Amino acid sequence: MIPEVGHFALILALLVALVQGSFPIIGAARGNAVWMGLARPAARAQFLLIAVAFLCLAYAFATMDYSVTYVATNSNSKLPLQYRIAAVWGGHEGSLLLWAMILSIWTVAVSFFSKHLPDAMRARILGVMGLISIGFLLFMLTVSNPFERLIPAAMDGRDLNPLLQDPGMVFHPPMLYMGYVGFSVAFAFAIAALLGGELDAAWARWSRPWTTMAWVFLTAGIMAGSNWAYYELGWGGWWFWDAVENASFMPWLVGTALIHSLAVTEKRGSFKAWTVLLAICAFSLSLLGTFLVRSGVLTSVHAFATDPRRGLFILAFLVVVIGGSLALFAWRAPTIARGGKFDVVSRESFLLANNVLLAVAAISVLFGTLYPLFLDALGLGKISVGPPYFDTVFAPLMAPALFLMGIGPIASWKQAALPELAKRLRWAFGVSVTTAVILPLLLGHWTPMIGLGLFLALWIIGTTVNLVRQRLGGTEQPLVVRIKSTSRSWWGMVIAHLGIAVFTLGVTIVKGFESEIAVRMQTGDVAHLAGYDFTFEGVTEAEGPNYTTSRGQIRITKSGKERTVLAPEKRVYTVQNMPMTEAGISPGIIHDLYASLGEPLDDGAWSVRIYHKPMVEWIWFGCLMMAFGGLLALSDKRYRLKKRTAKQVQ
Amino acid sequence: MAVKARHKRFILIAVGLVLLGLAAMLILNAFKSNMVFFYTPTQVVNGEAPKGTGFRVGGLVLAGSLKRLDDGLTVRFEITDTAKTIPVIYKGILPDLFKEGKGVVAQGKVDADGLFAASEVLAKHDENYMPPEAAEALKRAKEQGSASLELSK
Repeated sequence: MIPEVGHFALILALLVALVQGSFPIIGAARGNAVWMGLARPAARAQFLLIAVAFLCLAYAFATMDYSVTYVATNSNSKLPLQYRIAAVWGGHEGSLLLWAMILSIWTVAVSFFSKHLPDAMRARILGVMGLISIGFLLFMLTVSNPFERLIPAAMDGRDLNPLLQDPGMVFHPPMLYMGYVGFSVAFAFAIAALLGGELDAAWARWSRPWTTMAWVFLTAGIMAGSNWAYYELGWGGWWFWDAVENASFMPWLVGTALIHSLAVTEKRGSFKAWTVLLAICAFSLSLLGTFLVRSGVLTSVHAFATDPRRGLFILAFLVVVIGGSLALFAWRAPTIARGGKFDVVSRESFLLANNVLLAVAAISVLFGTLYPLFLDALGLGKISVGPPYFDTVFAPLMAPALFLMGIGPIASWKQAALPELAKRLRWAFGVSVTTAVILPLLLGHWTPMIGLGLFLALWIIGTTVNLVRQRLGGTEQPLVVRIKSTSRSWWGMVIAHLGIAVFTLGVTIVKGFESEIAVRMQTGDVAHLAGYDFTFEGVTEAEGPNYTTSRGQIRITKSGKERTVLAPEKRVYTVQNMPMTEAGISPGIIHDLYASLGEPLDDGAWSVRIYHKPMVEWIWFGCLMMAFGGLLALSDKRYRLKKRTAKQVQ
Repeated sequence: MAVKARHKRFILIAVGLVLLGLAAMLILNAFKSNMVFFYTPTQVVNGEAPKGTGFRVGGLVLAGSLKRLDDGLTVRFEITDTAKTIPVIYKGILPDLFKEGKGVVAQGKVDADGLFAASEVLAKHDENYMPPEAAEALKRAKEQGSASLELSK
């Protein structure tokens, strides 16, 4: 009964979405206030209906209703409750429902926090979001219904993929989807502006917080996924250039370009067409990511075996959304007023250069991800492009971007003097170059990549310190007053930029100085790595809720002094008889010590992999700093003040 | 002054185009030198696979072929597409789902002894899933009608 309620709620939601996607947009074109007024109640009704459907599915999982096909394939009576709930988005159908759910959350948020927008604009934005929702609801109701019944009901479920039975499953997909889908708001703003023909600084100011919010979620979501892969897969890697990771990274690159170009559009009125194009691309890449992940064209932990009709549907949807919006862009963008002028040396041009570099980086990822798929689809052979391609391309594209990142915030708008910039930044430059040369030599290992990475990280820190000193110095006021009088969005930028530096530092050090060994170990054997002694103290058998586990014990000592004990596990999930590696990690600011069990060999020995990962945690801490910077910028009071003035103007 | 501004703009666009061209070259070049082709065991046995450069080979792990050398970490096994098999050597820890009789994809080179020295061994992500490359190898062998029941030793 409950699954039917959920199914029915989805059908009603589709009907409401049809209203939301048509009347408000037509009403805005004709100036019909009643039709425009339908947007907000429709958005809220749709949210309630999809929430009901979502709760119904969660209820079916919680009560182990194996007469529902989706529940029977993704859950099991032995699965602990928290994973039964997370299993709602553990498969294809449910993750689409999560997509639709999150889209309706963003839509209802826009319906509440858009009182300051002109009526026609608000109607168009909510209308465009309704159109996107139609696509996803239709997709679910035609070829991916999560509520489909299984007759006769299964005795028990086939279980959630053991790789997904992890706390990461509770956070990573919803966070990532909040980011992906959040770009639909920026997209809707862009389409609304193209439809209405109004694209001004106010538009950019309204669109900015939404875009930043989506970017914050996407950053945190990618970070959570990377961290999860690091401890779950047992290879000590944190990024694999897997096609699905790329699918989330492309919208991030374009989204990062977008938040910067929006800043220029708001402050200087320039880059208007470019900003709109980026907004369209960011969301298109999010849709493409969904297509790549959910259509089964990729081999990956994220991909589900599927039927070809689904792939076809998403492809058609993709063509309509991307083709339609780009056609609209080509038609309307030239009529949008041109932006302000700026000199070759100015903050605008530094930001433009960074935007182009980010866009080119996104294109290079897109190319490396899609080209093998095209070849395969055309029957021209199977190829794969691995991490070496992405590593080769990324360093030369990101190095200039990071270098310019140090100069951009210091250069003045419109026109900046190169000699003056050079004078201000010479200390930062000198210090970072010197350290980048000397520090690796002191550590006993110098390569061009280590030197470059260190230089860029220190350069960003140096220039940011310079920026902060200039902002806070030079007046008579006490420091506290000066800190308070500086806007939160400015501090947000400083922290996010420092986050990039911390991230770069982590990547450079871990890539340059990490070490690993794979050894055969018997109880009592000692392995040596990075000055530490790893003593294997044997394996004990234990039982988990739905798995049996062989838990190893590895005692780590340095010069005879005990440091820590690692407990790597080899689990076998009983339902699917699937083995899983759980790494044993001792994390730290300076380094992680990491061990994972390979397989049992004869006479009680195990193959064991041991890793020494210096400063690897800095990678994720840097990402958190970026996300926090974004949040700080969002809390800036000027968004609230501007809202009120905008309302008074109306 | 107007001419000068236009001049400046022109130089800016020219420089931009040159840089974009360089970026495109960099991307295509990196792509070309890091592309890894896929071959079936039959193709490798027929000598169609490149010598000296790396490639991928996929199929099933021949049942009964997995042997562990004395160091406990180096393994030898054979990959079959049911028509032909090729011997593989790999030093390292095998993925969790590596099993005899199941699908596998290996990346590496053919060494001097005619062994496929794998630098990477990939298995599937869940019990019922076959890597597309492995499925493709089996399909092609079947189409050529040369599939014998050489599934175990």
